[in-house]
Amino acid sequence: MLVDQLLKELITKMGDDELIIGHRNSEWTGLGPVMEEDIAFSSMAQDKIGHAWALYRILHEELGGENPDQFAFMRSEKDFKCCHLTEMPIGSYDFSLMRHFLFDHAEAVRYNSLLQSSFTPLQLLARKVRGELKYHTLHADAWIIQLCKAGEESYLKMQEALNNCFQLACGIFEPGPNDAMLAAENIYPGEEVLYEQWIEHISPVLTKAALDLPERKQPVFGGRSGKHTKHLQPLLNEMGEVFRLNPEAIW
Amino acid sequence: MNDSLDPRVNRLTLNKTDDPFKVEEGENWNVFEVFHQEKRGAHHEHVGCVHAPDAGLALVFAKEQYGRRKKCVNLWVVRSADILAFNQEDEDMFANNLEKTYRDASGFKVMEKINKFKAKAK
Repeated sequence: MLVDQLLKELITKMGDDELIIGHRNSEWTGLGPVMEEDIAFSSMAQDKIGHAWALYRILHEELGGENPDQFAFMRSEKDFKCCHLTEMPIGSYDFSLMRHFLFDHAEAVRYNSLLQSSFTPLQLLARKVRGELKYHTLHADAWIIQLCKAGEESYLKMQEALNNCFQLACGIFEPGPNDAMLAAENIYPGEEVLYEQWIEHISPVLTKAALDLPERKQPVFGGRSGKHTKHLQPLLNEMGEVFRLNPEAIW
Repeated sequence: MNDSLDPRVNRLTLNKTDDPFKVEEGENWNVFEVFHQEKRGAHHEHVGCVHAPDAGLALVFAKEQYGRRKKCVNLWVVRSADILAFNQEDEDMFANNLEKTYRDASGFKVMEKINKFKAKAK
């Protein structure tokens, strides 16, 4: 019973990250810098929503949680456990691309660790999304490197975007009070371990792009305990607007 | 780029992005032709093109434009400018093809022999 509670907490924060960043990135649809990239970015945003749905389904089917649509659209802000990185407005493309790079590597590291999870539904999901995440990180790496070598203005924008995103991105790895117990149950290794692996994954790309990795000074925590920026509530209002017109409607 | 069973083909190594293509000021991006492979061993078939700064990103874009709906196991991209073609005004080189029916493989009558062989095998 206790393990179930810990699993719920883990899966909720993972799902909320996916849902919120998926919604944010979908705001670029129709506005992307070139047509091909517009389609690619929108398609990956859909993938994120798909990951959220898969995680909410695990909550619903394995752990007695609510119906995934209800869970996604009807909860109040404080019940969301997404990190602040995912909530921030899209800003300009350098910011959104850097967030995509940092988030997707974090996601890849997390799912990679879940390939060994003792909780079978998560293990199966990790296997299912592996190829997708391979592509997402390939896409992010290609753009980061390309834009960092495309002239001084472009390079400076990317470094600035990294500086703006990094403390927020460290917030993905806000340690939970029960990480040790989840690790002891072999469900996942805990946030500190994932953070170290994440740094190992992003460093070679940043080196290639000649970007300086900022120090981890003040990671932006709070999202995991339901404290959010002023940007989340308007997003939730918009995201659930149609659903709430008639929550019983069948789609 | 990496070891390949087919030495004519370079392959993109995931996680190892090559040095980026430099787009000089005023220079446009390139157009790349995209070829789609539906299953291993099948021919890659031309499906369209993408606009990209280099071959690596062209492949990334092609994955999205042409590899996300139907079954797909691999894609090729080739810079359109690297394709050599005849001039359209030289189309007359092929004009008499239709008259040279003796070159048409469908002229061989083999069904009879095949059926005979099959009957014998039974």
